[in-house]
Amino acid sequence: MKASNDLWRETLLPQLTPHLAREIAEFEDAITLRKQGRLSEKVFTEIRLRRGCYGQRYDNGQRHDGIRLRTLRYPCGDLLKGVNTVWDAPGMQRIKVPFGGLKAEQLDVVADLAEEYADGVVHVTTRQDFQLHYVHLDDTPTIMRRLAAVGITTREACGNTVRNVTACALAGICRDEVFDVTPYAKACAYFLLGHPDCQNFGRKFKIAFAGCADKPCALARIHDVGLIARLGNVNGRTVPGFEVLVGGGLGPVPYQAKVFSEFLPWEELLPTLQAIARVFAAQGEKRNRNRARLKFLVEKLGLDEFRQAVWRERATLPSQAARLPPLHEVEQPPQPHPIPSRALAPQIRETDPEYRAWLARNVYPQRQPGYVAVTVALPLGDISAEQLRGLADVVRRYTPDTVRTTIEQNFLIRWVPAHALPQIYGDLRRFSLADPLAGTIADITACPGTDTCKLGICSSRGLARELSLRLSAILDSLPPAVDALSIKVSGCFNSCAQHHVADIGFYGVSRNRSGHAVPHFQVLLGGDRRGNARSYGLAIAAVPSKNVPAALDRILRAYAAERNEDESFPDFVRRKGKVAFRELIGDLCQVPPRELEPAYYIDWADARPFSTEDLGVGECAGEVVTGVEFQLARCERLILDAQAQLDTGRLPQASHDAYRAMLDAAQALLESLGVKCSSDESIIEGFQKELYDTKLIFDPFVGSTFADYLLKAWQNRDRLADEEDTRRLLSEAQLFLDACHACYARILGGRGTTGKTAEDAR
Amino acid sequence: MTPRDPDLWQHIGAKLLAAVFEPECLDRCIAVFHRWIQQDACEELLIDVADYRHLRLGPGVILVGHEANYSLDRSLGRPGLLYNRKTALAGTFETKLIHSLRQAYRAARRLEEEQELKGLLRFDYLRWEILCNDRLLAPNCEASWATLEKRLRDLFAACCTGYGGALRLERVGGPRDLLRAAVTLPPAENPAAILDHFLGALP
Repeated sequence: MKASNDLWRETLLPQLTPHLAREIAEFEDAITLRKQGRLSEKVFTEIRLRRGCYGQRYDNGQRHDGIRLRTLRYPCGDLLKGVNTVWDAPGMQRIKVPFGGLKAEQLDVVADLAEEYADGVVHVTTRQDFQLHYVHLDDTPTIMRRLAAVGITTREACGNTVRNVTACALAGICRDEVFDVTPYAKACAYFLLGHPDCQNFGRKFKIAFAGCADKPCALARIHDVGLIARLGNVNGRTVPGFEVLVGGGLGPVPYQAKVFSEFLPWEELLPTLQAIARVFAAQGEKRNRNRARLKFLVEKLGLDEFRQAVWRERATLPSQAARLPPLHEVEQPPQPHPIPSRALAPQIRETDPEYRAWLARNVYPQRQPGYVAVTVALPLGDISAEQLRGLADVVRRYTPDTVRTTIEQNFLIRWVPAHALPQIYGDLRRFSLADPLAGTIADITACPGTDTCKLGICSSRGLARELSLRLSAILDSLPPAVDALSIKVSGCFNSCAQHHVADIGFYGVSRNRSGHAVPHFQVLLGGDRRGNARSYGLAIAAVPSKNVPAALDRILRAYAAERNEDESFPDFVRRKGKVAFRELIGDLCQVPPRELEPAYYIDWADARPFSTEDLGVGECAGEVVTGVEFQLARCERLILDAQAQLDTGRLPQASHDAYRAMLDAAQALLESLGVKCSSDESIIEGFQKELYDTKLIFDPFVGSTFADYLLKAWQNRDRLADEEDTRRLLSEAQLFLDACHACYARILGGRGTTGKTAEDAR
Repeated sequence: MTPRDPDLWQHIGAKLLAAVFEPECLDRCIAVFHRWIQQDACEELLIDVADYRHLRLGPGVILVGHEANYSLDRSLGRPGLLYNRKTALAGTFETKLIHSLRQAYRAARRLEEEQELKGLLRFDYLRWEILCNDRLLAPNCEASWATLEKRLRDLFAACCTGYGGALRLERVGGPRDLLRAAVTLPPAENPAAILDHFLGALP
């Protein structure tokens, strides 16, 4: 879409490592192949998901405009970027931010990207990622290059992969942590990124690091693997390590993680994670994606058997201790930082009530004397490009260039000298980034919901905005116990806003009244974030969206009036019981007739009558694409590269790429038959025996013709080819590859998972 | 970075600044933009409405299109209607700019006519911002600004011929912002009529 994409490729090439440049070029090749119809929608979907390119609402080319379902006629016509996903339809680009750690320069680049390729807004997710919405797929390689130039990757941000590794935003400065988990989270993120053992999962895989057992900063118990910092005794020495939890997860049916190991010494961290990944890849469910998360495997095997399987794998793996930096390499107190003079800052009176509220709510004294961390509370996790650049300036001006995203969808500016608070407050306020709401009930977490998510049922952001506005207005009058409650709003049952672990959670559902759909939110009460999310909330009742503020008001009033001294909200909910709360809000569950109250039939922040006709199919983790399919897709890219080499007169390289594509495709087929090959000779030998002699690869019409191309290429592999020979080799390589796709379909017994389109396979 | 020939610049945006911009206009324009989608009110393929009312410095409410977005924008603390071109256009810099000006102008006139927005939103047809939404083709540097200033001055001088007064051009935003110019047309009794005449006469 952007006219400068080709120029960016040339301009940034010198700034990228060869490895990153190649990775992104391969993705760009996959785009070309998909446009040529040489990659199936299914394989391409998983390829783009693994680069963080996700679908967005209405990308099937249909949208209900309030009167009728309309077809959005994009210029791309029938071209699809996934099953029923139109190429030109805007999508979402997720950007990984391991442990949420960022530098000012990176913020600047993300701001530029939001402005140039998206809608001018950056969204912070509950897993410390960034998301850009309304992005055209053709622009994504440029986005990736510009990010890579400042050390950010989108690789494996979506898809059946290890997702962003999260960690407490306070790590390293926290007054309660056992030790700083940052270096471990970082090492883990980059060790598992693109790791061969993590490429064949049936579903996504999420890891979180917590610095202590008690606080809710990392929510370790809701993750596939949660790691909680511990000190242990090894051979009489105190060493850092982790309590390891496995099999947690939210979604429609939430699971609490189980204790896999009470204490794992730090040296064992990476190989143990690798072993867990191997067991998940080998034994995890692949066909039924609803049962494919690690939690289901742990449940199926039982914790003991799962543990044994992991230890057996671990025994086969080398130590990775050298990859972990020693503990003294963690973030150190900064050198004295020159702060702009007080006179330059806007005048802030110490008695200003807004400033005092901000000090009380948004400022956290670090364990290092003289330093504080400042939370920038983002409404709905959003920040505009202009604000993000302002934040980058603040980070540069007041800190040693360190800021983190948080799982509450905020930013945490760390290492701010305490004496600079009036100035930083003034500077943040200039960009509307100093709302005194951090950690309050008005600082609401919300997933994208119907705004952009294909699975969203209700407007989670619309409701969150409405509640936040109302609560902000009365915040100062709320009792402290109510002020500190948490609210999380998801647009559907999938729990992207983590509604199960909020004091008060909501998720969107649809109900019918006299044949008309009415947006509702299911109310969950009493989720307990403490102890890394130690218990999940109780579902109370589904309330019409427009009655949710009233229902919330009653719940808060009841808590303020009836709680025992120091009684937490989760304890209060348990004591009162579900029935009492249902009675409390029961009358609000009624929906008046549409003729009397039409507003009930329209969702928050929308003008159209509510409808679920826009619901799409999720790409949350894509379909399972086998390693063979990925390998065949790589072979397609090799042939594309060969063509480019041929076009520029590099004949030996073109021949090599084409020949390599044929060999690799044969190897992929052999692997699908369980035949491992360690050399080119063994590939040819296996090919002859398993595919040629058995006639498995033979074409129904031309018999051995395509298979013979590989054997001929093998015989001629050392011969210098002229242009005509090379051109012929490329054609033969493509025909051979087509034959491999068809053969793989036959191997699968016609289950239709080849890397080519169904038509091509026929 | 070196700026390219301005005729190669793409994604030229035009923002018409508001004379009246009551916060409530953002709430009301959500329904207006949804209706525009139902009515195919613009020549672009209209997709959806994006609500960013909660960001006090930002795009406000966006009518998302395939070729361009329209938004009641609050960036740089200067509220107005932004036509943000996304797909490339053929022709000279002036052709692309005039296209954006015309689209923004038409949308603004239409918004002012919407019943829900009466008294809440009014535009100052003398005050515009022009922005180049591509940092590689049009980097925000002195050379780009010199080029942009000259091309804008020539174009708008033609627009203002016969109406007297001086055209004012000003570079706005910081060095990391997009290349952006504030254009103030000479005072006129009926600026909308001038623009009608000017934009209507051009190809």
